[in-house]
Amino acid sequence: MSATGTGTPGSPTVEEPVWVSERTTWTGRLRRRAVGALPPEKLLPDTQPAYVASWVYIFGALSLGALAVVVISGAVIALSGPAWWHVSAAGHFVNSLHLWSTELFFFFMVIHLWAKFFMAAWRGKRRLTWVTGVLAFVFSIATAFTGYLSQQNFDSEWIGTQAKDGINSTGAGAFWNVLNFGQMLMWHILLLPLVISVFIGLHVLQVRRRGVVPPFAEGGPLSRLASVTVPEPAEVREPEIVPPVPTAGATEPAIVPPVPTAEVEP
Amino acid sequence: MSIPGAIVGGLIAALVDLSHPGKYVHWGVIQISVANLVVIGLMLVVFVLAILLPFPHSRPKR
Repeated sequence: MSATGTGTPGSPTVEEPVWVSERTTWTGRLRRRAVGALPPEKLLPDTQPAYVASWVYIFGALSLGALAVVVISGAVIALSGPAWWHVSAAGHFVNSLHLWSTELFFFFMVIHLWAKFFMAAWRGKRRLTWVTGVLAFVFSIATAFTGYLSQQNFDSEWIGTQAKDGINSTGAGAFWNVLNFGQMLMWHILLLPLVISVFIGLHVLQVRRRGVVPPFAEGGPLSRLASVTVPEPAEVREPEIVPPVPTAGATEPAIVPPVPTAEVEP
Repeated sequence: MSIPGAIVGGLIAALVDLSHPGKYVHWGVIQISVANLVVIGLMLVVFVLAILLPFPHSRPKR
């Protein structure tokens, strides 16, 4: 990686133009690709399509809100350990926050799943949005199970002894021992949350990149429309502020941003 | 436990008595606890309401 050019020894160093370093360095190429796929106005939009003004579209955001409470309450429990809630009223309260925010997380996530299923939300190149959401859901279930095993009470012992035969019958018992409290706790508080964070992060980025799936077009059978890309309806926009046209540097080679490929079939 | 806490706890305990084994519904090979069945029912109700209820508009469309 170099910011300077190929000046010969003894000659003054020639500054390499920015547009060259953007093509020759991996950081520059990565930045151009990332900004091309997700320009700032797509990453943090200030408007949404008109069809999003419905209660049925809020359950994804509600799931994220519940997840935030899950993570924060879990972090507070981690400060004093998983047995804290057995010996302290404050610990009991935070543990209850952790449990009920988890209940709400799954409650909202399942409704989100139903809504997106009946919208066929994988339409319009949104397959990865659907797949990352499914994976986040599956790993959330595994995280909840390891949470039950981390309660440090008779319930967790009962669940562990009931689960071990089922896990062993799949062969996974060789590396996944539900009777090993330390292993289950580390999966619960480190490994699985990491995996969930990755998939939910990718899921949200995909939603930003492809947009919220539009409703089915009127007048056609759903089965036929499910495979057709429905054109995006017009957005409700604020009046645009036109920036002044820059005059300096007009003769420099311009970098043409890549054409958004959001609607182009690979 | 504090006195207000004991009162609130007592009221909730009076509403839902959890000091007994869970109740289950059996339907052929399907067995599900009443608690889980209630949660699924609530999810269905919220889902239907989310579709039917009008969404408030905070600002007029231009």
